[in-house]
Amino acid sequence: MSLANPQSSQAGPLVAIEEYSAGPKEYFALLKPRVMSLVVLTALAGMLAAPGNLNPVVGFASLLAIAVGAGAAGALNMWWDADIDIQMARTRLRPVPAGVIASNDALAFGLILALLSVLILAVVANFLAAGLLAFTIFFYVVIYSMWLKRWTPQNIVIGGAAGALPPIVGCAAACGHVTLDSFVLFAIIFIWTPPHFWALALVKCRDYERAGVPMMPNVKGPDRTRLEILAYTLLLAPLGVLPWLMGAAGALYGATSVVLALPLIGFAWRVFRVREGVEANKIAMRLFGFTILYLFALFGVIVLERGFGLFAHWGL
Amino acid sequence: MTPLPLPTGVRLTEQQLKNRRMRNIAIALCVTLLVVLFYAITIIKVGPGVLHPEG
Repeated sequence: MSLANPQSSQAGPLVAIEEYSAGPKEYFALLKPRVMSLVVLTALAGMLAAPGNLNPVVGFASLLAIAVGAGAAGALNMWWDADIDIQMARTRLRPVPAGVIASNDALAFGLILALLSVLILAVVANFLAAGLLAFTIFFYVVIYSMWLKRWTPQNIVIGGAAGALPPIVGCAAACGHVTLDSFVLFAIIFIWTPPHFWALALVKCRDYERAGVPMMPNVKGPDRTRLEILAYTLLLAPLGVLPWLMGAAGALYGATSVVLALPLIGFAWRVFRVREGVEANKIAMRLFGFTILYLFALFGVIVLERGFGLFAHWGL
Repeated sequence: MTPLPLPTGVRLTEQQLKNRRMRNIAIALCVTLLVVLFYAITIIKVGPGVLHPEG
């Protein structure tokens, strides 16, 4: 795994090599742990929102498989996008562009984990969940990373489906089929993705331009991006309340989704209005940060509400 | 007496040896976790009767 030059492994004098010295920490970074944490939370919410009572060990094993599958997709994304990542300040220290992990090692690591995660989910849960996980990995790596990302400014809109699927995978793992509730959770993440990523893209648009990634601000311009951010946010705010209106989530969720919708729309409105100078970037970054908080809070509350119900069922 | 041949090939640095050791430990832990998980899943899915199929 740590060979810098294949020829150096031939018989000959002892050769010291310095490159590609990666430990477990670097391989863990290849899994995009922050993205993985969001996948775990949203998949757990999907599992807990599913009908029936989930066995804790089966639930834990399923969640582990989904997390590893998400990590595998992250590793394969880093393998494919190393040429882009090295040109962007935000990503150039990732293990592959930084030269800590060889490109082929990242590919092998990602493929092995993807295969393992799908097989494990098939064994511990069911084939539907495993198939959905396999589709999620395929969609993220092939459809989003290899195709959409370098082709269209709608890349993160369509590609966002991959990030939105974990609640459906979790639901399928828990009850063997997909429910309307899990589709609503999917829709929330799907509509959440454009304002989240475009807020960041407004600030980092030069980076994306240099790397040749057609993000909305550097293709359609920042004004159009601000308008679309506002439109998606106005769609997201009522959608966020929908699980409560449908009875899929409780009063705490209802209150959280309504209370957080106000600053969410407020930030999007300010991003739409303030278009010049340092202040514009500051507000865009605030919206970016707040969208993360918003999604974690909504799904965290679902986990809390449903989790306590399940703990009571288990007699804990 | 024939002298031993000189060692050839790649010489890893101290850091690389340490990282390789850490990777091996991480893989061992993951395999152990999988063994425990599959054991638990088997017991849950098939039930304790799996140990006494004729009973």
